[in-house]
Amino acid sequence: MLKYIAQRLIMMVGILFGVLTIAFVLGRVLPNSPATLMLGDRPTAEQVARAEEELGLNKPILVQYALYMGQIIQGNFGESLRTHQPVLVEIRNRMGATIELTTLAIIIVVLVGVPLGVLSAVRQNSWADNLIRAVAVGGVAIPAFILAMVLQIIFYGGLNWFPIQGRIDSKILLDVPFAQVTGLFLIDTLLAGEWGAFKSAVSHIFLPTLTLSIVTLATVTRITRNMMVEVLGEEFIRTAFAYGIPSRRIYFYYALKATLIPMLTVIGLTYGYLLGGAVVVEFVFDWPGLGGFLVFSIVQNDFPAVLGTTLFLSGTYLLINLIVDLLYFVVDPRLRTQ
Amino acid sequence: MSETLTSLTAAQTQAGWTLRARAFVSENKLFMVGGVIFLLILLAAVLAEWIAPYSPTKIAFAQKLQPPSLDHLMGTDKFGRDIFSRVLFGAQTSLAVGALVTLGAILIGTPIGLISGYFGGKVDTALMRISDVFLAFPPLLLPISIVAAMGPGLVNAMIALAISWFPWYARIMRGAVLRVRKEPYIDAARAMGVGPTKIMLRHVAPNSLTPIIVQGSMDFGFTILAAASLSFIGLGARPPTIEWGLMAATARTQFLEHWWTALCPGFAIFLTVLAVNLIGDGLRDVLDPKHGISE
Repeated sequence: MLKYIAQRLIMMVGILFGVLTIAFVLGRVLPNSPATLMLGDRPTAEQVARAEEELGLNKPILVQYALYMGQIIQGNFGESLRTHQPVLVEIRNRMGATIELTTLAIIIVVLVGVPLGVLSAVRQNSWADNLIRAVAVGGVAIPAFILAMVLQIIFYGGLNWFPIQGRIDSKILLDVPFAQVTGLFLIDTLLAGEWGAFKSAVSHIFLPTLTLSIVTLATVTRITRNMMVEVLGEEFIRTAFAYGIPSRRIYFYYALKATLIPMLTVIGLTYGYLLGGAVVVEFVFDWPGLGGFLVFSIVQNDFPAVLGTTLFLSGTYLLINLIVDLLYFVVDPRLRTQ
Repeated sequence: MSETLTSLTAAQTQAGWTLRARAFVSENKLFMVGGVIFLLILLAAVLAEWIAPYSPTKIAFAQKLQPPSLDHLMGTDKFGRDIFSRVLFGAQTSLAVGALVTLGAILIGTPIGLISGYFGGKVDTALMRISDVFLAFPPLLLPISIVAAMGPGLVNAMIALAISWFPWYARIMRGAVLRVRKEPYIDAARAMGVGPTKIMLRHVAPNSLTPIIVQGSMDFGFTILAAASLSFIGLGARPPTIEWGLMAATARTQFLEHWWTALCPGFAIFLTVLAVNLIGDGLRDVLDPKHGISE
């Protein structure tokens, strides 16, 4: 087991190394050099030369690569060209918003998608199964930004129930400056006992979470169904039925337990989809997280910010998949003894 | 005598063919629905020049933000352009983008998978580790960062998507090759002195193509979706290109009061992706029976 964990860790470091290298190649070798990006339209040759020296671009490419790797390993992502703040500070200010959004979404996706998938598999080819499958096929075809706009038209334009911009009323943020302990407003407002601020945070996060959940729900439901169908065909399920164990216990305990490992994998992958989807959803809802920040940084040619954010999000994704891998040992005792 | 015989057999084959077609249609209803919708969209794209009631680019401020009516089936946008005409022309862009990106990913990924699977060993390890790195990025994030480096634009977005998508094909092809490689006819070819390049191109590749076709038909829809998302956040198509995601982005300033400006192109994306996915599902059931059972 330890050997396996060590192998996974080494592999993860290798992949991270590769990700950094790709990011470096993207940043330095492709036609738009960071120096010209920084200076904007039609810089003089002199300006370019000065900027290149500042950024260390006049050194040989391998030296640049080594310097870049050294800086990143020390956690130095450079300064944002737009705000002149260290990129790491910008990331820290925004990661709470993204983590809050994606975590809430994944909880909803698992709590709704898994039971739907089980139901669909247990009642195979019933009207419920067909309905769930039809909705799932349709669900993956909805663009996240269109769903977001539909929800905004209904719940803001029509009913005016939920706000569609930001994380919290900016007025509340000024009036009751609650301590941002975790960076997650839903938790921080509760810790501070600010009920009004909490309600504002909930109403702001509602539509972005709903959008993100719906577009990922279909995938999870579909995969759960397929895995359940497979497990339900196994002999130990038939044995359980023969023993007269209540069917609910069979479905939600024995069968579901057997699907836990592939399910964990799916949840890890889903988190990746959520991180990608969050870029679009944050953009539509002006959600002050890393996704929206990334888009604005790209449009404004703020390359250090783009690089830092991409690396941070990819690193998060890798870390989650590592945790998923380690959870295998918790879930399946057989793996522990190997 | 012999004439009646042949005509009988012809009639029988005819009947057999109709029966089989009918059986196929009734067993694959969703596939047929997807196929019909897709054909309509394809027709709309090809015939856009002739069936569009208005010019998709003609600005008419006097007509701006008209709700859907018989004159303007999907209303007009904030420049007074007919949205229905623009949606028709947008089909050209999206179908072309989906096809080219998927084809590009297949053309990059398939040879890599072929080489990896056929030679095995160090070549295999190296190529697969490289594609692992590409897969380590959260989906959509890799194309976004490639576009960030190359600069926004539809062509760059397409290149970025193809680069991000190729590892899937490399993996699928590798798996297929590993299966095919063990077949006796490959040994036979080798025993007859056929060189590795020819074995790969003539014997291994054609017999490994089914999963690539299935995956390609599924990805066609997802690349359309991804390209539209990139255009929507300002990293893909730019005016004057007519693209559905870009149309929705242009609508952002007024869609709350004038819903049709965003939802009509949005529905076009949905319908196209849905049709393509239904076809992909159907193809998988037909071409890949092993997968069909658990579906």
